[in-house]
Amino acid sequence: MNIIVVGLSHKTATVEIREKVAFSPNQIEKPLKELVALDGIIEGVIVSTCNRVEIYATTRDIAGGIARIKRFMADYHRLALESLEQHLYNFHSEAAIRHVFRVASSLDSMVVGEPQILGQIKTSYGYAAEYKSSGIILNRFLHKAFSVAKRVRTETKIASSAVSVAFAAVELAKKILGDLSDKTVMLIGAGEMCELAAKHFLNSGARGVMVTNRTFERARRLAEEFGGEAILFEELFEHLHRADIVLSSTGAPHCIIGPKDAEEVIRRRRFKPVFFIDIAVPRDIDPRVDDVENAYLFTVDHLQEIVQANLAQRSLEAEKAEEIIDQEIGQFFKWLSTLEVTPAIVALRTRFDEIRRFELEKTITSWKELPPDAEKRLEALTMAMMNKLLHTPTKVLKQAGQGGRVDLYIDALRQLFELESLQHENEELELEE
Amino acid sequence: MSQVFFSLTLALYGCSTLAYLLYLLRTTAGLGIWANRLVLAGFSAHLLSTIHRFSSSGHLPITNMHESLSFFGLVIIGAYILIERKYKVTILGPFVVPVALMLVIASSAFPMAIRELNPALKSNWLWTHTIMAFISYAMFTIAFGTAVVYLIQQYFLKKKRLGALFQKLPSLNTLDDISYRCLTIGFPLLTVAIITGAIWAEKAWGTYWSWDPKETWSLITWFIYAALLHSRLTTGWRGKRASLLTIAGFLIMMFTFIGVNLWLPGLHAYK
Repeated sequence: MNIIVVGLSHKTATVEIREKVAFSPNQIEKPLKELVALDGIIEGVIVSTCNRVEIYATTRDIAGGIARIKRFMADYHRLALESLEQHLYNFHSEAAIRHVFRVASSLDSMVVGEPQILGQIKTSYGYAAEYKSSGIILNRFLHKAFSVAKRVRTETKIASSAVSVAFAAVELAKKILGDLSDKTVMLIGAGEMCELAAKHFLNSGARGVMVTNRTFERARRLAEEFGGEAILFEELFEHLHRADIVLSSTGAPHCIIGPKDAEEVIRRRRFKPVFFIDIAVPRDIDPRVDDVENAYLFTVDHLQEIVQANLAQRSLEAEKAEEIIDQEIGQFFKWLSTLEVTPAIVALRTRFDEIRRFELEKTITSWKELPPDAEKRLEALTMAMMNKLLHTPTKVLKQAGQGGRVDLYIDALRQLFELESLQHENEELELEE
Repeated sequence: MSQVFFSLTLALYGCSTLAYLLYLLRTTAGLGIWANRLVLAGFSAHLLSTIHRFSSSGHLPITNMHESLSFFGLVIIGAYILIERKYKVTILGPFVVPVALMLVIASSAFPMAIRELNPALKSNWLWTHTIMAFISYAMFTIAFGTAVVYLIQQYFLKKKRLGALFQKLPSLNTLDDISYRCLTIGFPLLTVAIITGAIWAEKAWGTYWSWDPKETWSLITWFIYAALLHSRLTTGWRGKRASLLTIAGFLIMMFTFIGVNLWLPGLHAYK
């Protein structure tokens, strides 16, 4: 049995393409059912997020399975396979296991270490379990992927640092001001980054926002959006002392807050520290403000540096994560192999035993006068012969299972000994789970 | 018996100091937990040693240099353990525990023999006066450690050097909280210690205040902390200058405690 992966991600396809092949979670039952109805596909899980669409499946026929899933993805979304195919990647066996472990551990994410992907895979798996498109192998496989992701998260620091400017600003604010729940943010001017940072501060528990802008109407609109307070630009210095965090990004050609202003502000707020963030170019806040006691000024460059350092740290941690994944792949692969070998061995033994009993029966009934305890002795003799004959093949099969060439052997066995039952048994096993 | 526990205390404080310093420099998470366990074990041994000494001498073991230094270390560690629990700041350990370790090492350099209690000290005032003083000193010691960390954090922030150590140390706000809390506990206790001392002096020596070096230096210490708290309460003074003054207060307090006993002759010098 083989695990295969077919999909595309932010690395191989633009957002326009990804949108077209995305599976809506509201209507996931239909594609899941269609997927496992495909010829040769036994189990299937569909993962669809804004950054990736992937199908995990089990099959006996790797090449055929991959081709059929590709065809399915194109047909389901009414796309031409020829245009879609260039964006698709596919993996099987060990590479497939590695890929899914890496995705779940957020090593393949756009921002390495971002935490959402694990939850998204869990949800996708939840649907597959609900609609019974996943079975014994994928169940075990995905649970393993979740535990690998958890190990990566606890044993490495891959997700422990801020990798966006806005988040870096929030982290830094916490280092200066402690708990943000009683802190107020002042937004001077507008701008995408400024608003984003303000949003992050509010999400991290900041109490309130004040907004000021040369155009009061804009300030009012923004304040409304954040549930904050709009302030006339001319009255900035009458309110500045109320802010613990000052985010500035006006288009002013010269500084609007100088060291004297900062000193005055700090004094008015009884020396409680202020975290100034200057996002504007040219600068809004005089660099000398940083020399004022209890004022801490950071520019967007400083924040950018923090982000760079954190990213470098993450890629170091990613190496540790790859090592963890290597270990776990080995373990999972072993399980997957024994899963297939065991029924083969059982089937082979059953077949041998059938023949043995049949012949034994024939001999005993044809014997006219049975010497005492002959039956017992014949039974022992045939058993011993069977065990001896099966000993080496059993050993070789078990080794083959761990070596990964198991399909070849099982195929040969099936043909050599007409083990028709083997296929059915495997499928029954899957249904039981 | 007391001797065994004392040696054990020294060893445990030594190991815990080492663990705390390693915790400061390395990223291994387990180190902090171990440092914490070691300091707890050290404190237990220290407490047993002190109790044993107390029961065999019949008086509070603070009547000679060995006993006072050791007792001071005990109170610092006790207070530190409580603060570490309350504020979850294991990272303060490397700045406080070594002070206690040095005090205990210094105490071992003085004769340990239990002596007959000086008759002048046979009074219930000994308890109130000295225990108040010791707790206030311990609080000032923790405030000192916190002030040092505050200055380090502020340096990192001003120089934009936001490395691993910066990430590990607490926020300025937390440090400020701890420091202020220590001062608001320590200062009233020091005040009570000075007042009870004066009353006791009147009973024992017939005068409330005799400008003995210990008294003078205690008053200087008191004025420094009074100034610090006053400016905090009136203008909200905090940050770098407040930290520097906290450190200055600590140095003068240590001189009041050790230097006066060793080098300045007076009524309080019980060697």
